[in-house]
Amino acid sequence: MPEVPQGPEIEGPAPTSARAIVWTRRRTAMSAFLRRFARSRSGMFGLFILVFFVLVALTAPFFFPRTVLDVTQATGQPFSPPSLEFPLGTDDSGVSVLALVCWGARISLLVGLAATVLSMFIGTTVGISAGHYRGFGGGALDRLTDWFLVIPYLPLAIVLATVLGRSLLNIIIVIGVTSWPGTARLIRAQTLSVEGRPYLERAKALGAGNVHQMTKHVLPNVMPLVLANTTLAVSISILSETTLSFLGLGDPDNVSWGSILEQGFASGAISQGAWWYLGAPGVCVVLVVLSFNLIGRAIEEILDPRGDAH
Amino acid sequence: MALLEFDDVSVTYRSRGADVPAVRNVSLSVDAGESLGIAGESGCGKTTLTSTVLRMQPKTARVTGEVRLDGQNVLGLSWGKVRALRWAQASVVFQGAMHALNPVQRIGDQLAEPILLHSPKTSKAKADTKVGELLEMVGLPARRAQAYPHQLSGGQKQRVMIAMALACGPRLIVADEPTTALDVMVQAQVLDVITALVKDLGVGLVFISHDLSVLSSTCDRIAVMYAGRVVEEGPAADVFDRPKHPYAGALAGAFPRIGDTRFRYAPAGLPGDPPFPGDLPSGCPFHPRCPRVEARCSATEPELLAIGDHKTACLVAQDEAVQA
Amino acid sequence: MALLTEAGPHPSAARRSGGALSPTARYVVNRVLAAISTLVFVVLFNFFLFRVMPGDPIGLYTRGRNMDPDQIRQLRAALDKPLLQQLLEYLRNPFSQGVDSVKYHAPVWEVIGPRVGPTLLLVGTATLVATIIGVWLGIRSGWNRGGRFDKVSTSTTLVLYSMPEFWFGMIILIVFAVGIGPFPGIFPIGGLSTPGVDTSTPAGWLDVAWHLVLPVTTLAVIYLAEYSLIMRASIIEETGQDYLQTARAKGLMDRMVRKRHAVPNAMLPTMTLVFLNLGFVVGGAITIEYVFSINGLGSLTVDALSGPDVPLLQALFLLFSAAVIFANLAADLLYGYFDPRVRT
Repeated sequence: MPEVPQGPEIEGPAPTSARAIVWTRRRTAMSAFLRRFARSRSGMFGLFILVFFVLVALTAPFFFPRTVLDVTQATGQPFSPPSLEFPLGTDDSGVSVLALVCWGARISLLVGLAATVLSMFIGTTVGISAGHYRGFGGGALDRLTDWFLVIPYLPLAIVLATVLGRSLLNIIIVIGVTSWPGTARLIRAQTLSVEGRPYLERAKALGAGNVHQMTKHVLPNVMPLVLANTTLAVSISILSETTLSFLGLGDPDNVSWGSILEQGFASGAISQGAWWYLGAPGVCVVLVVLSFNLIGRAIEEILDPRGDAH
Repeated sequence: MALLEFDDVSVTYRSRGADVPAVRNVSLSVDAGESLGIAGESGCGKTTLTSTVLRMQPKTARVTGEVRLDGQNVLGLSWGKVRALRWAQASVVFQGAMHALNPVQRIGDQLAEPILLHSPKTSKAKADTKVGELLEMVGLPARRAQAYPHQLSGGQKQRVMIAMALACGPRLIVADEPTTALDVMVQAQVLDVITALVKDLGVGLVFISHDLSVLSSTCDRIAVMYAGRVVEEGPAADVFDRPKHPYAGALAGAFPRIGDTRFRYAPAGLPGDPPFPGDLPSGCPFHPRCPRVEARCSATEPELLAIGDHKTACLVAQDEAVQA
Repeated sequence: MALLTEAGPHPSAARRSGGALSPTARYVVNRVLAAISTLVFVVLFNFFLFRVMPGDPIGLYTRGRNMDPDQIRQLRAALDKPLLQQLLEYLRNPFSQGVDSVKYHAPVWEVIGPRVGPTLLLVGTATLVATIIGVWLGIRSGWNRGGRFDKVSTSTTLVLYSMPEFWFGMIILIVFAVGIGPFPGIFPIGGLSTPGVDTSTPAGWLDVAWHLVLPVTTLAVIYLAEYSLIMRASIIEETGQDYLQTARAKGLMDRMVRKRHAVPNAMLPTMTLVFLNLGFVVGGAITIEYVFSINGLGSLTVDALSGPDVPLLQALFLLFSAAVIFANLAADLLYGYFDPRVRT
């Protein structure tokens, strides 16, 4: 692969090598982006909520030692409403709902993020490849994406989860493997438009191979879209984890917001009128998903300045 | 009484703190049966100016002065009266007919729409007949009324737009760069249609274009706009053959007529770009690009003064005229 | 008064020699083939998924359950056959695989059959309500984008969109069926009808309708958030179009411009997107039936999970997928019918 010839390195602030120029440009663009993001009220609000929950997730073990979750060591009365001792009430075994919710944040956020990373990775790779390789290869990938897009999400996830079995890793895999088509479709469209641009033809004429083209040229241009899509994908992943855990397909060893809801529903929290038991984890899910949606929309707003997609 | 009169019209866009003057103190008039060409580059304000005729300027625009159609100031009318006069008294042929037609409606229905709107008692049959007549007036067979816009070529779509503009028998038509997006041969056809219609029907025409040669062969009078003001105005042949303002001269030279020996030596193009309306140069806005610029040009903005029937807004040209 | 005669042949007369099929027919064939290929993929995927996973496939069937040794032997016999033979047998009758539902000890199809009705009733009603309200909301928000109605409705929609539908259902149940604080619960807590009521009489229908209020409301509210966002985006896309300027210049009132020009154009992508999101509708049905104890396909699916009743799950997966595939096909064909650019 031909390397861009680098000039002599000079001491001082002015970047001279091609790489340095590129990075300076990217840094400036990044700070401009961050400044504009800071001006978006809804985006900042979402960011604030997200940071709050991340802190809760990280500090949960300090406030509530793991033993608090143990049903055999529960100190409260089952199904008791919020009180000073238990600010969010207790569950069907007398365990503090507040403790459950704080610990649940760890799994819900972890699964949401990990599954998204997996799905974005698969989706971006497939999307760029499908857009880049014409002919049989690209067409096949495209067809595969279409097939997966049509299959209804929850039945597919249920079937996969059944086959794989219940574990933390498996649920991450299930969500990641079922959510990549949406991203792939989007990335493919963007790749096609990027590839139509002249500088890519020049790169090819200079002898750039396929992988070089895709990683050094297409990917940086597709990245902003990927970023906006990622935040929205996380919100979908978190909702998926909650749903799958609620149906009993989640990680059996750990607490997540979905598993709290599962336990609550199974133990008859509804007929007990235990609104705190079901309300708290649900509100957390809504807040976190909402925060990712707001952040994602703020990013889209900045990157799509015509703003007429929203 | 003139058919259309712009009386000291100014249009200012308000955007986030700054006011951008798109049109500044323009006064023009068009009589019935007369055709006026408005020439200038993008951003000079010609479309903004003409959008006031039907009161279609954007909501962020503030208009001062009067725009009189058959003596009535359009800007002061009630909303209902404005809607009534739209299309019935004056109509517009928009720039870029590619997307000016509703893609999911048949041509015939779109042509009939203004007819039925302004004369609600018209029967469907009468409207259909009228639609057929309109299509034939612009050289399309009547049965094309059944077609959808995507089935027509660019030139055909533009002709449909012209037919549509005629639907309610308006007294004035504003044609905003009707041929800019078309091939040269199709351009010639469409221009022929327009000139023939204007002559036969006696409608007033305001023809906007950046191509001065087109205007000189189609219109009676030409007004050249730059940075929101009229800088030259007069009979078409005069403005094209003997332009006084250097900008008009450059425009005339930019679109040479094939076969006309004068153009063999004419300079091509002007350096620089038209000024952004919110950031105009001092004095005469054209002075940074002017080939005949003098020191006083950056200090005073010239007034539009008449030399016979030919008005110009250039200090140098005005002096020359006085000395002659 | 013909001033010019038309020159040259009609553009569409110069049709590409793509065979004898008209563009419409070609489109239809294209879409049908795509649907069939997806269906084939799903069937094969369904088959192989359960066989190629590591471990003993029997384990899947028997996990967590005491099975009759005879049944186990039958299963093993079926699974021991060469893969190709199994595939052929499966293809011949994908719904039964020669093995009955493990839980119900009856052919899979017999178990599924009676459950279809309640699901259709629930999902159909909810989708209808959600479409009507959602489209209206979307048009009103998008047309006056940034206005007060838009701001309020978009914020509300965004929050609804962030909610797990089953959670929303549970909260609604607590508030309206069980009662909270001073408010009594007035709606039934689940099921499609009160036991003992004959559902074939008008009185029975009313009873069913009463039971449907909460679940349908839950689903409809969640669906309409999605639909109104889609419609809003479509209308906003249209507001920038030139042909609306033409319509206004003709003297049409704003309301007519919207109704006659913008909405018909905006409906096209909306219709497509709504159908594309059918998978989302199916997911909602599954969890809501579970929460509200409605005897439909959804709760059957959740039921089958606690086994797992693999034959039943496979059959349900196939059924849901086929339903969505055909709904998408219907959407494509409808779109082709309504959009003249595709039809002609």
